[in-house]
Amino acid sequence: MLCDYCKENDSVVTLTRPNKAGEVKTEHLCEKCAAAHGIVTESASKHPLGALMFEVQKQLPPSPGESGRCPFCAATLRDFKASGRLGCARCYGTFEGSLRDLLRRVHGSSKHLGKRYVAPEPQPIEQASVRIELLDRLKRAVDAEQFELAAKLRDQIRVLEP
Amino acid sequence: MTIDLSLLPDGGVSWLDASGDHSGIVLSTRIRLARNLEGFAFAERARDGERLRILSAVREAVSAAPSLQQSLLLRVDSLAAEDRLLLHERHLVSKELAGLDPKHPVRSGAAVFLGDGMGVMINEEDHLRLQALRSGFDLAEAYAAVDRVDTELGSRIPYAYHREFGFLTSCPTNVGTGMRASVLIHLPGLVLTKEIQKVLAGLQQMGLTYRGLYGEGSEVVGNFFQVSNQTTLGRSEEELLEQLTYVLRTVIEREEEARRVLLRDAGYIIEDKLWRSYGVLCHARSLSFDEAMNHLNNVRLAVGLKLIAGLSVYTLNKLLIFSQAAHLGYSEGRSLDDSDANRVRARYVRQALTAEAGSDG
Repeated sequence: MLCDYCKENDSVVTLTRPNKAGEVKTEHLCEKCAAAHGIVTESASKHPLGALMFEVQKQLPPSPGESGRCPFCAATLRDFKASGRLGCARCYGTFEGSLRDLLRRVHGSSKHLGKRYVAPEPQPIEQASVRIELLDRLKRAVDAEQFELAAKLRDQIRVLEP
Repeated sequence: MTIDLSLLPDGGVSWLDASGDHSGIVLSTRIRLARNLEGFAFAERARDGERLRILSAVREAVSAAPSLQQSLLLRVDSLAAEDRLLLHERHLVSKELAGLDPKHPVRSGAAVFLGDGMGVMINEEDHLRLQALRSGFDLAEAYAAVDRVDTELGSRIPYAYHREFGFLTSCPTNVGTGMRASVLIHLPGLVLTKEIQKVLAGLQQMGLTYRGLYGEGSEVVGNFFQVSNQTTLGRSEEELLEQLTYVLRTVIEREEEARRVLLRDAGYIIEDKLWRSYGVLCHARSLSFDEAMNHLNNVRLAVGLKLIAGLSVYTLNKLLIFSQAAHLGYSEGRSLDDSDANRVRARYVRQALTAEAGSDG
């Protein structure tokens, strides 16, 4: 969930308190806005894998695109640090540099040597479900205010319009 | 109770039948593969509608998969909490899929296909968790079965796959092969001879790890250890399985050796300890699950050492599963509080053991 104040970062603090009119309200704040309100958050990540990722990131120069959100699921590295789980398959591409290093530390390698896989060709009937997926991604992009991506997705959806 | 376990192809318990290799020491072999469908957010981040579409796509693929023709679909998301616990106690669904972990309440679209010794969990941590369960120590057969189902489903629904990283998973600890091969092994000899810490440290040095009876996050009870591969990337499935096989053969030999040492050096002390456990199980009127597990552990060792005759490993395996709280409630047809469950458990264990009437050899 985005911060109620800056609308840019993921919220890390939920604050329930009465406002001036005496009504109890719940607010969601990111680490930065929470600090501006005098609330100190624990910057250490909650998940052990997240902690390792945190270490990896400190040592690596940031690669382009890694500071942002995954264009598919809108997950951020902060989400990963908190849960130890990625949002979707595209996150592997979005955060590739940091992840490759993490995988080497966890597995001793980043190279898959097991079963090879070739995905089946999509059937025409599947186009309908592709369209539904694109609509879903469009909604996510709009929610995350990624309007450039949203425009691209809208074009792709138009191509599939019956 | 809404679930009818008699509808499951094998009652979901063929892995208990003690028919496999080394079944006195190794209860079961399980191999699971984590897979995700291309084009959807992972299950935790997916919206309700996405998870339902995932379920629908998998359902269609399963209906065309020859190995899963006899399988039964259970919509975990519509089961009552006690039924979900029952499936988890039977090792047919994970704690996360069953929504028993407070951090992960049951998700919409959570479901499981159950076939003979085979399960496909849907909308778990990953979209698909394919698993094969076999009695005793049988990694080769378990892998062949799960690999067959994987190929059948993967040729019908596109998996998320990366040329360098392999099969993509929600947690990077599973990426690559997506394979976790685990063997549930009973090691009372190594515990009693205090060799177990050395063996467990050795496992970790060899790239393996261990957990309790219910896998990740569970404690070791009754000296049952679930040993599995730690890493999933950088080695092929065959190499990972070879390594696990090699190490476990050594562990089994060391357990057998520890049992010989126990009998040789402390024969009557051990014999007395194990028969006392048998006495408690045959006569107690109230048994907590942990207490039952500890005594069953001793009786299992006594059967392995041939001190108690006429009691089968199959019966002992069944007792492990059927003396759990949700199973007792299921057989009684009502929910049980702790003290009720302890009384029902004592009666169930007593009847099961006396029905097979061990002799004092």
